[in-house]
Amino acid sequence: MGITIHLIDYIVLGIISVALLLDFYRFTRGPLASDRVMATDTMTVSTTALLVFLGYLFDRYIYLDIALIYAVLGFIGVIVIARYLEGGV
Amino acid sequence: MQSKSLASKPVRFLYSWIVFFIVWLAFTSTLALPEVITGAVVALILAAFSYETFTGWGFKGIKLSNLWWSFVYVINFLWLMVKANFNVARIVVTPSLPINPGIVEFETKLTNEYAKMVLANSITLTPGTFTVDVVDNRYYIHWLDVTVTDPEEVYKEIAEPFERILLKIFN
Amino acid sequence: MEQVLTYVGYIFVVIGAIFLFLGGLGIVRLPDIYCRLQAGTKASTLGAMSLILGVGFLQPQWMIKALIIIVFIALSNPLSSHALARGSYRHKIRPWTKEDIDAYAQYIKEQGENEAAEEDKQQEKQES
Repeated sequence: MGITIHLIDYIVLGIISVALLLDFYRFTRGPLASDRVMATDTMTVSTTALLVFLGYLFDRYIYLDIALIYAVLGFIGVIVIARYLEGGV
Repeated sequence: MQSKSLASKPVRFLYSWIVFFIVWLAFTSTLALPEVITGAVVALILAAFSYETFTGWGFKGIKLSNLWWSFVYVINFLWLMVKANFNVARIVVTPSLPINPGIVEFETKLTNEYAKMVLANSITLTPGTFTVDVVDNRYYIHWLDVTVTDPEEVYKEIAEPFERILLKIFN
Repeated sequence: MEQVLTYVGYIFVVIGAIFLFLGGLGIVRLPDIYCRLQAGTKASTLGAMSLILGVGFLQPQWMIKALIIIVFIALSNPLSSHALARGSYRHKIRPWTKEDIDAYAQYIKEQGENEAAEEDKQQEKQES
């Protein structure tokens, strides 16, 4: 069976891509380390949502597990860097 | 309150084991025997390491009235969160960017540590405000659009809708 | 019935995508790290939650897992943005303000003075 992708799916994917690009703009421009970490965090959350949606489009349940693990790893990374900025690790 | 009504150690251990086991079952979402046994063993190890800090009350916290008020709290919170999100969305798309950011403080009436954590997280998740720091019972809140700075007024504006219900759950 | 679920699911998905976009827009437009944390992380949180809930409606047998991811995002994101805000403030990044409203600066100052005073005391003890 083939994968059917409707117009609305393309629209949703497009909006999410623009959101990711905006996050990426902040990530490249900074100007502070905190800004970059925050942009990474936002990108992680957006990517989690994107992975779940892709999982629906491709009809693969495993994408949900990947999204969950991705969210966990992103969360831990942000916490570690925040602790580092605070000066406590 | 939480220091004088600590549950005994085995009860707390059992409580943490059950919670971890339920989390494992939810994450794997399967009832295949090898998975369940692995989950039970892993939950046992985790509970052995962390039951002392994980829970103080044990099963005493689970009461029908608490469940009901938690449900009310979640619904209330979701409603406030959606409302506040639309507010922030409006600010972001307005070309002139009508913001007046600042950090304000207020004092909470809550005494329980869990309750304070829940309040801080709720304030953070409703956009427009987030918790920068909690010192004893003083909250430092970064507010995107400051209208009042007096701690009493701030308390009424930000924390009142959450705290009204939290006081019923935790006291 | 299935038709209705599909429509409801797509409504949630589209709302979620729009909020993700607004989060990105907020990150680019707002003036400093604290305001960006406001718009960025939280609009994205609601966006992601709504989108994942929408997928849960589209594929009802995935609902449990979707709810788990939603709960995890709802629990973890405020923690990380709070940790990041506190870390930035302790890293001496001051918030951008119009009317100079900053109650936390007072606390940081007092704490710094207390620590300095304690260090002085300890030094005096060592000297005597």
